[in-house]
Formats: sequence, C-alpha cells, structure tokens
Amino acid sequence: MSDAKEMTLEEREATLSGIGTARKRKEDARFIRGQGNYVDDIKLPGMLHGDFVRSQHAHALIKSIDASKALEVPGVLAVITAKDLEPLALHWMPTLAGDVAAVLADKKVHYQNQEIAFVVAVDRYAAADGVQEVVVEYEALPALIDPLTALDDDAPIIRDDVADNDEVGQGKRRHPNHIFEWEVGDAAATDAAFEAAEVTIAEDILYPRCHPSPIETCGCVASMDGVNGKLTVYGTFQAPHVIRTVVSLITGLAESSIRIVSPDIGGGFGNKVGAYPGYICAAAASIVTGHPVKWIESRIDNLSATAFARDYHMVGELAADKDGKITAIRAKVVADHGAFNTHAQPMKWPAGLFNIVTGSYDIPVGHVKVDGVYTNKAPGGVAYRCSFRVTEAAYLIERMIDVLAQKLDIDKAEIRKRNFVQPDQFPYNSCLGWEYDSGDYPTALEQALAAVDYEGLKKEQAEKREAGELMGIGISTFTEIVGAGPTRNCDIVGLGMFDSCEIRVHPTGSAIARLGTKATGQGHETTFAQIIATELGIPSDDIAIEEGDTDTAPYGLGTYGSRSTPVAGAAAARAARKIRDKAKKIAAHVLEVAEDDLEWEVDRFKVPGSDVQMTMKEIAMAAYSNVPDGMEHGLETVDYYDPPNFTYPFGAYICVVDIDRFTGDVAVRKFYALDDCGTRINPMVIDGQVHGGLAEAYGIALGQEIVYDDTGNVLGASLMDYFLPTAVETPEWETDFTVTPSPHHPIGAKGVGESPNVGGVPAFANAIVDAFAHHGVTHMRMPHTQWRVWQTLNELGLNK
Amino acid sequence: MTPGSFEYHRPQSVDEAVALLGQYGDEGKVLAGGHSLVPMMKLRLAAPSHLIDINGIDDLKGIAEDGGEIVIGAGTTQAEVLASDLLAESCPILPEAAALIADPQVRNCGTVGGNCANGDPGNDYPAIMIALGASYTLRSADGERQVVAADFYEGVYATAIEDNELMIAVRIPTHADGAGMSYRKIKRKVGDYAIAAAAVTLSMDGGKCASATVALTNVADTAVLSAAAADALVGSAVDDKAIDAAAEKAMADSDPAEDLRGPVEYRRAMAGEMTRRAIREALARAGGS
Repeated sequence: MSDAKEMTLEEREATLSGIGTARKRKEDARFIRGQGNYVDDIKLPGMLHGDFVRSQHAHALIKSIDASKALEVPGVLAVITAKDLEPLALHWMPTLAGDVAAVLADKKVHYQNQEIAFVVAVDRYAAADGVQEVVVEYEALPALIDPLTALDDDAPIIRDDVADNDEVGQGKRRHPNHIFEWEVGDAAATDAAFEAAEVTIAEDILYPRCHPSPIETCGCVASMDGVNGKLTVYGTFQAPHVIRTVVSLITGLAESSIRIVSPDIGGGFGNKVGAYPGYICAAAASIVTGHPVKWIESRIDNLSATAFARDYHMVGELAADKDGKITAIRAKVVADHGAFNTHAQPMKWPAGLFNIVTGSYDIPVGHVKVDGVYTNKAPGGVAYRCSFRVTEAAYLIERMIDVLAQKLDIDKAEIRKRNFVQPDQFPYNSCLGWEYDSGDYPTALEQALAAVDYEGLKKEQAEKREAGELMGIGISTFTEIVGAGPTRNCDIVGLGMFDSCEIRVHPTGSAIARLGTKATGQGHETTFAQIIATELGIPSDDIAIEEGDTDTAPYGLGTYGSRSTPVAGAAAARAARKIRDKAKKIAAHVLEVAEDDLEWEVDRFKVPGSDVQMTMKEIAMAAYSNVPDGMEHGLETVDYYDPPNFTYPFGAYICVVDIDRFTGDVAVRKFYALDDCGTRINPMVIDGQVHGGLAEAYGIALGQEIVYDDTGNVLGASLMDYFLPTAVETPEWETDFTVTPSPHHPIGAKGVGESPNVGGVPAFANAIVDAFAHHGVTHMRMPHTQWRVWQTLNELGLNK
Repeated sequence: MTPGSFEYHRPQSVDEAVALLGQYGDEGKVLAGGHSLVPMMKLRLAAPSHLIDINGIDDLKGIAEDGGEIVIGAGTTQAEVLASDLLAESCPILPEAAALIADPQVRNCGTVGGNCANGDPGNDYPAIMIALGASYTLRSADGERQVVAADFYEGVYATAIEDNELMIAVRIPTHADGAGMSYRKIKRKVGDYAIAAAAVTLSMDGGKCASATVALTNVADTAVLSAAAADALVGSAVDDKAIDAAAEKAMADSDPAEDLRGPVEYRRAMAGEMTRRAIREALARAGGS
C-alpha cells in the first residue's frame, strides 16, 4: 500500500528528525525575528496598569498610608492596600511551602521593597506618578539580616502573625524566627565514624544569596470577564496549572472559571514558579474595575523582591582513612528563607533534595541537619536552574572532597576515583536515602582527564608555581537528582508531581501534542516533537507542541528541577506508544492480518518479509474512516506519568584558571564539560543548554550576589551591579558526553538543563581555590570577585 | 521606562539650543547620547521639565586638527572616536579608551561631550582630558569661553558649566614631543564603571622623563589629577622604583568609596596598579623600555 518504497530505512528515519537528531530549534524562527509573544506584548482593550508602592525599610510598623494625593494624579483610578483586600481575604496568600505571605503589607513591612499598595491607572506612566504620591508613615524596627543570629534569644521577631504558632507548615519549630528543622541520616553512627576516623576535615562553606534573574522579569495581565465570570490570567508562569489551583484556593473561584496562560517566557530558572503579590493584585484590580489589568516588574523589583536562590550557610565535615577513602559525611546548614517561607520545594522536603550531598561518592554513613530561619530579606529560596537545593549540595561535597585531598596531599582527580560509586553498584542506595538509577563515573572522569591533558596541566602548574604565578585546575564530578518526581515522595500543595502529555493525530498524518510543562527557553517545541516522531513515525516537523494554556493542556506540575524530559518527556513517549498500540489494531484491520503478524519499522507496521505494510500516515486516515467494529474513531490519548524514581544525571567538568596576582582578576583559560544525561534527544539543544548553564555558573561563581547592608538595604539590585556575564566575559566552552541511559525512563533520558549550573559552580570555585592550594588555602568565599581574590592575594603577600 | 512627564525640544542649531537653555535654566536638561541621563530619568532621580535633544545639531559633530589642537565636537559619538584615523594617529589614547566604554550599542549613541560634561566620576574621558591638558568650549547666549579640563570638575555631577551653557567642543593640544599615552582600566564587566583607571602621558629625553601627567578615574568624587605621581616620574629613568613611587602617590591622591566594586583598600590599590600599568605602557610608547 505504500508509495515510499524507494526510501531506505535510514532515509525514512532521517525524514523523521527524531531522537538523536541535531534538529534546529523550532522556536527560534519567531524569537530571532522579534516575533515572540511575551506577557508584556499582550495588550487587551481597555487594559489598565498597576504598579507598587514598596517599602523603604527592611523592618517597620506601618503607621499610616495616605493615598489622597495619588488619587488626584490624572489617570490614577485606585490605590489598593491590605485593608481593601482584607474583606476578600486576599491580603495574605498561602505559599507553596505551607506558610502564608503578605500580598500587601498588613500592619508591618518585613523586607525592603515589600509591596505596600497597588496603584491602578490608565497607563504605566500615570501608575508610576501615583506611586510617587502615596505617603507611607513608618515606625522603624531593628532589622534581622544575619541568619546565624536569627534564633538568638534577643533576635527581633520578624513574623508577628505566626509568632505563637508551633509550626508554619513544615514541622515543629523552636523559635518565632524558626521555620523548620530537617534531619536525615544516622547521627549516632556518623558520630561514631568521625570518632574512629584517621582523618577529619571541616569547612564553613557559604553559598551566598543570588538570584535567578531571568531576562524577562515577572508580570501578568489579569482579565475578569464580568459577563461569564471567567478570570483569565496571562503571566510568566513556569507552572501554570499549579497557579490555577492556587488562584482557585485563594479566590474561591472554580478552576473551570479560571484560565491561566503562559505565553512565551523569557527565562525562568525557578524565579517564575511561585505566586507573587502582583498576580493577586492585578486579578483583584480586574475584578474590582471590570478592566484587564497589567502588572510588569521592573528590573529592580525583580532582583530585590521576587524569589532569590541559595543563601545556605553550611558547615561540611568529612571523615576518611589516610588513603582518602571517605568514611562519613556530616553537614549542618542554616537556610535563610527571608521573611516568608515561599520556596518551591516538594512539600515533604523543606530542604529540597539536599541529601544528595553524598554526590558521586560511596560514603557509608552520613547525617544532615538543616534549620530554616526567617530574616528581614525578600522571600524565596527557589531552585535557580537546579533541582531543589541540589546545587548547594553539589557545591558542598565537591568543595569538601578538594579540602580532604589537600589535607592528605592526594591528587584531586585521584581522590575522586578512590571514592566513586562504581558502575557495578547501580542501582545504588546512598546512606542518605536515595536510589541512584545509573551511572559510570570513572569512565566520565578518565575521558575528561584525557581530553584536557590533565598530567600536562599539572606539570605546567608546578612550573608556574615555581615562577610565582597562580594557575588553578578545578575538577567537579557531580551527580544530580532531577525529575521530581515520584508522587510517593513529591507533592506541591498536595498535588502529586506527575506530568502529562496528550497527543492527537490528525487524519492526514500530522499531530498536536499538549503537555503539562511550560518551556521558558529549553526548546520543548523542538525536542518533545522529536520524542513523539521517533515513537510514532511521524516527522517532527509535522508535530505541533503546545504548552501553557490551562484550558487546553492536560494538568501538569510545570517546568523546573530538570523535570520536563524525565517526567513530561516520559509521558510523551508513553502517550505515543498508546497511540501506536491502537494504530497497530487499525493496521491489522485494514491489512486483514493478525495483529501479532505486524512489526513496527520506523514509520509503519509491516508483516516481516513481505510487502504488506501500512504507514502511520495511512493509519491516521483510517482512524477517521475505517476502524474495526467496536473501536472508537480518532487517534488520540493522554498519559499521566508518575515516575518510579528520580533520574541521576552526572558529569565531569574541568576548569583551568590563571589569576592576575596584582588585581585579583580570574581568567578562565579552559572549561571542559562532559555531561551524561542518558539518552540524548537533541545534541544541539543539549549543547545550548550546557552553554547557557555554564554561563550562569560562571556568573554565580565569579560575581552574583544579592548583598544587604546591616540595616537591610538591598545593595546593587540592578544589572549594573548584579553580574550577568555578557558574551565578552563568558569563557569558551568545550562540551563532551558519555551515555548511560536511565533504566526506568521510557526512552532512557535524564534531563540536562541544570547540570551545567550545578556542576559548573564548584568547577570554577575549585579551580580558583586550587590556584592558592600550595599556600595552604582550603576555601575562599564565593562569589570570587576581583576584590575578594585580591584580599586573599594581599593576605598572603602575593601581590608584592 | 517610566520617567516623569517632560517637554521635548529638538533644536537644529547651537544658537537655538543655547537659547532654550537660557530660557529654561535649571528646568532644562541636555539630552546627548542619553546613557547617563535616561537611566536617571527612569529611576526618577532626574526629572527635568524640559529635555533639549541636541542630536539634530550637525555643528556639534566632527573631529579636526586646528592649529596645534585637535578639536572634537561635543556631539561626536564614541563610535566616531573609535573610527577616526586622525585620533588613531595623533591621540590614540582616546579611541583606546572609547573601546573600554560600555558596549557597541552605547558607543553608537554616547558622546564625547556627554562623557566630559556629565560630571560623573565614573566617566572615562574626564581623567584622560585632564591628563592630555584639554580644555572645553562652553557657549551660552552671552558668548563662548574655554575652561581647562583640570578646572572643570567640582564634585559628583557638579561642574563649572552653567545652566545656560552648552559644551560645544573639546580642544586637545597635539603632543608634538613624542609623548606616550596610556589608559588602563579595571572593571567588573562590560558596561561597568571602572573599579579604578589611570590615564598617563609621558615623554622621554635622553633616558630621563621630561614630562608626565597622571590622572585617575572613579576613585574620588571627581577625576583626580595626581601632580605628585607625575612629579615622581619627571627626571627619573622611569625605572621600577620611580614607577612604584608614582603609584604610591596616585594611591595617596585617590579617595575611593566602598561599593560593590570593592572596599576602599582594594580600589585604592587598583588606582596604584592601573597607574603602574599605564606608566609602563606609556613609557614603551614614548620610546623608553
């Protein structure tokens, strides 16, 4: 029946542009033409604009808010305060972590730039004019900025609203500024291992507060249709379905009366997972005025008031024998969550998946304790291009193993080899409770060492040291845990962290697939089509991918934590397989053969050794015209995938730096990144993800920090000061790979978008510290700005 | 970008522009490249009632030699400085510094006059103009006057320019004595102001330094002319000892504030280090070693 006999098997496969193809990104055609459709591009008839009056203080009582002058500004229609939202019970909102957060400051402000009043006006200029005219009278309170003093007896109490509660959503707490205590591992056995150890090391390691800083800031357009009672919110949402559920819970509107749309999104990196006051205020303002209301953050608003990342104050300890074999790990963390606990972790994991802190190493016993505390800083603690708290864990173990190597004078590659989980140990159960699915760490590291000529670099470094020059070699052999996740471990506000894909094949053999995730730059329209193309035998160019509209897409938990491919990608493969099963029945019916006689071959079913065959394109038409008795017409299905386990991507990164000993300038001479993300769907997209993540890692390691002064003023919340590396600063990247498929994922894929951030930061940091290792330096505080590196040089007298 | 409201003017001639400045006084603000003013307006730190856009005035453009001086129209962009054969030949420090100012987009708009007249200690040209002995031509409806760059800067955003004056041109004496020049800048990233930077001119005669100037960027409220640093060089062989002495003097003359570029100690040390590097480069260019 087929007319495609002329094509070889390989040609037919190439036509699909399926898994493994470096297919060009489908999204880019509109992005490079400036034809993307971002939230701020949305302009609805009669649309109003909102802007916030924000707190000047980090901690203060609000004595009064006088909006009378603002209401006289031409074009200003309304000034909304907590008092106005209170009758609607919208002045506070639940957070994804079981806490509550103020929508508009209610009686007091908890951090600088907190939202106090929402000015609604006919245009953006009038709204800003109005903001200037609102007069807020404060009574300043002492601010708590250092999280290490948060639990002191005399610490200022930040959250009067929950001061008497013995928990705030994540278990028992012991102080009004305490949020949670989370422990994992065997404390007694760990203590015993440390006591028995031949050698131990301990290091204070801060992962400073930084910010995901997507190029597009957060924003929304809320539009309440007064006639049919439906609220539509276009917004920068990484998890549109969760937002819909949260909006429903907050407002009492039925989910069927709420439509959340995420249009094109200009980067998320965790910043756009949660719910912000702007969304609630825009929706409330639309309900009140009957007009659509737009709210778009400024850069300063975004950096100073929306979700930050990290701020983990860690003490890491390793016990080992004299050959460097690690016998135990201990970590104590104070986690600064800011004024409200709004981090976006699976509910059962207040410190995320931080217990991946054993990394790539076979450590027999360990103990981890994390205390979350409130401070007078912006709330957050989101996963900035990483799975929940995994980058903090990777940074800690990858730094500590270097500290141990220096203490024992063992080569930093060698000590890793001595501690790796070996390939034959998988699936590997870590002492802190994870089952690693697959990995081959020794092969990855050997490949990396050979690629950079590690021995040659070591020799050169020795010569440089003789000559008084500073050259550092940093190694990072990280393991991630991504793809949240199994619903038995993972939920957000009670919602299991499954994900979904719905596929509909049209009569002429093209298809549309909708997923519960939402790309913020990852290229889902390209790669998900490739998965389906390979599974269904339909060219990926003929498969449209849609995400982000809760009226049309199946429910899913969204895009973050490298979960899109491990979870939604698996749903896509499984949905395609369900369709293929039905297609086989239709083919057997049309071809009048037994189903069991048919075999799948690239893009068709055929009876082996014969010309009896039917392509998927032909089957698609038959699905709408000639189905077996009793079978429903059509060719579509939906799959909700609950992953049996996380996936564990890993990598071996090597960074080489040269340090100007007079200025503290760090020049990255070489950066080699080997990633193993299991089955590779699109090598070009993977390279792009790795390049982007490494650029962020470079930014974090060398410059990114949200700095507060001791009264809580946030310093440098603009791109003038906050370091987003440009093409000029960004080093050259060499990428490489090994392939160790995930045994439990339908196509063996693991997720890769976040590996370069997680693994990159310790590679840079380790290289910089390594440059000083021969002077006895074991750790230096991030970010490694010129002045901090110079301080080390100056203390050591190396800048003379 | 939500500035306060303002009235926009686009004069076509210098006379028209200075008439507007005379009319509006401190209510008016000159818009040249806009890369300092517009961000200030965005944050509403600046809220001029009248914006006088001088980009339509052709007379403010151009780079020419005029009787022992190089004359650069105030409206000349950094990109035009970078592309100038005349400057590459006779005053290479300017195109070299232009390449360190921000990024190509900014350099396509940002002007020499704006950089010199703005009074921001982070701007790169003031120190260079001071080191070069340049002067600024200022014009108002009442007439024209010359102000030496070294006398122009009074404080942060405070300069000798009056509200009714427009900077017309920068006049730089040509250095016929074979002086070497160098501008060395350390910054955090593209587009950033200097952590510290140093401009040096230096001429040699018979193995000794015959003349020198040293000026510093962004290590005080204004660009700093360090006469003491220059004095440490003049008459010396510009050996390591003299260079270190000059750097020490430059550090002593700098008074940086702590900010996210680093603590005072670091920024002062970088004023010294940039001075060292600029001296060495200027020396090599002056035919020394």
